[in-house]
Amino acid sequence: MVSSLFSVDDQAQAIWVYLEHTDGNLENVSLEMLSEGRVLADQMGWPLVALLLGHGIEDMCQEAFTYGADQVSLAEHKLLEDFTIEGYTSVVYQILLQSKPSVVLLGATHNGRDLAGRLAVRLRTGLNADCTGLRINPDTGVLICEVSGFGGGVLALIEMQSHRPQMATVRPGVFSLREITAVPSETIVRPSFNIQPKDIYTKYIERFGGGDRIDLTGSPVLVAGGRGIDGDFQMLETLAQLLNGEVGATRPPVDDGYIERERQIGQTGVVCSPKLAVCCGISGAFHFVVGIEKADTVIAINKDAKAPIFDHADYCIVADVKQIVPQLIDALK
Amino acid sequence: MHPLNIIVCLKVVPKSEEIMVNTETMAIIREGVRSEINPPDMNALEMALTLKDRYGGQVALLSMGPASFENYLRVGLSVGADHAYLLSDPLFAGADTLATTYTLAQGIIKLGGVDVVLCGEESADGATGQVPAGIAEWLNIGQLSMLSNLELDLTRRVGRGRRDIKGGYEIVEVPLPCVVSVQTACNEPRFINFERNPWAFSDARVITWNAADLEANFECIGLRGSPTIVTGLAEADDRDRRHEYIEGTAHEIAQKLAALLENLLEGV
Repeated sequence: MVSSLFSVDDQAQAIWVYLEHTDGNLENVSLEMLSEGRVLADQMGWPLVALLLGHGIEDMCQEAFTYGADQVSLAEHKLLEDFTIEGYTSVVYQILLQSKPSVVLLGATHNGRDLAGRLAVRLRTGLNADCTGLRINPDTGVLICEVSGFGGGVLALIEMQSHRPQMATVRPGVFSLREITAVPSETIVRPSFNIQPKDIYTKYIERFGGGDRIDLTGSPVLVAGGRGIDGDFQMLETLAQLLNGEVGATRPPVDDGYIERERQIGQTGVVCSPKLAVCCGISGAFHFVVGIEKADTVIAINKDAKAPIFDHADYCIVADVKQIVPQLIDALK
Repeated sequence: MHPLNIIVCLKVVPKSEEIMVNTETMAIIREGVRSEINPPDMNALEMALTLKDRYGGQVALLSMGPASFENYLRVGLSVGADHAYLLSDPLFAGADTLATTYTLAQGIIKLGGVDVVLCGEESADGATGQVPAGIAEWLNIGQLSMLSNLELDLTRRVGRGRRDIKGGYEIVEVPLPCVVSVQTACNEPRFINFERNPWAFSDARVITWNAADLEANFECIGLRGSPTIVTGLAEADDRDRRHEYIEGTAHEIAQKLAALLENLLEGV
């Protein structure tokens, strides 16, 4: 086996969280990882370090402290203004090799996955993708990652013994946000790194933003549709509006183009923890169920009495969703 | 300017809806489960064939797995690919992301002269989405992720792609060669071409390479080359739910449900 660039013997006992930001705001998934990282850091007595790259972004450090960071490792440079995979991989790599943290967590966003995938290869270490749970063995300091990628109701526990850092990505919505009151040391460290214009070869030609950002993870109510609604998301939209919620979907209607991918719930979509999830015409495959498992209350409507979704529901309605939902909309009005 | 060389990485996965788990042994039941080409990879193949239609050149399929994967590669040949390569060796088994991306990168190096490596967004079984970035890193080339569209400028040797971002899109350019991951369902994969079938399913050769053919470092492949180990399987937390059935006519159910919802959402 090929060893990683630094070993268990060289590692610094610390948990690092890579912070992602858009338009001057830290992403929720970054704050969620800080919140969970704080718990792990307290258990181990290790520092929690937030890694922040960009340009003119020092203001964001305060929020990192609010969510539990002891220290922010801040890398600012004009060439880091936009995320480029080559620029960010190079700088994060240099900083990690200086500090040699035991654990590095990144969000399982598009850029986070790309960065994690590159870094793990460059550092010759392992990467546990899309973890749904993290803990650290108090005796050995080994990170134990819970991963639910095996298609059934099974969680796999994955760890690495001899490779460092122990890298993991975490999907948005998996961990809860926790602000802290007792503020730890609040230190900002500016590590040295080298970056040159010739290192950057990704060019942004055009960027169009400003549309509505769909973020299901923050919605208290979700009305989700599966194959059984035959693409009638208009009906669910009406119901969602009456309940002040958002519409979500399983993968098939998304793949079939009935609804935006940002609305996909589950293992390959978002993991949500709403107060209420109303599942309409959804069979309840495990891939979907992991996305609503944290809902306070689940209501399921499906005409197939044997649909597995009923195993995961508080209120079960065995009926045709296309009959029930319109009548429910009338009743609520 | 050489003809355009495209490689599409294909994974063969068990059909996700057929996978069951033996809850006593915590093992995945593989018997009787049919396999298929990872559906997102079909979107990558479609993008490759669209590029070939527009710019000419050739499309090669690259997969890692047992000899039984050969027939799935033949499906890809029927759909429109020109060549198929299968990296197959018991020594490749048990590979995690690091070892898998190393092995695929070795295959791409052996093929030589590639301009674009296309991958699906993620696999339906593992769903880690980390493979394209890993391949790009081993090859030390650029990458474009989650593209819904790709255009090439073969004179300037660049690839320019469009990808969706929150609330909009961006157009990004990198030099060739590059690795591209393709957004799932961004295109409509073409079907098997019956005219190509006699060639695809019998005359065509699927070239198989083992670890020695790839001149792979044996320390970097399969289980040996994988830093991560699965140390346990546990049943997913089954949250206690009430499992209360609401019954009656559609009208009665709707009334009960409306009352329940008002109750549940009080104060939200």
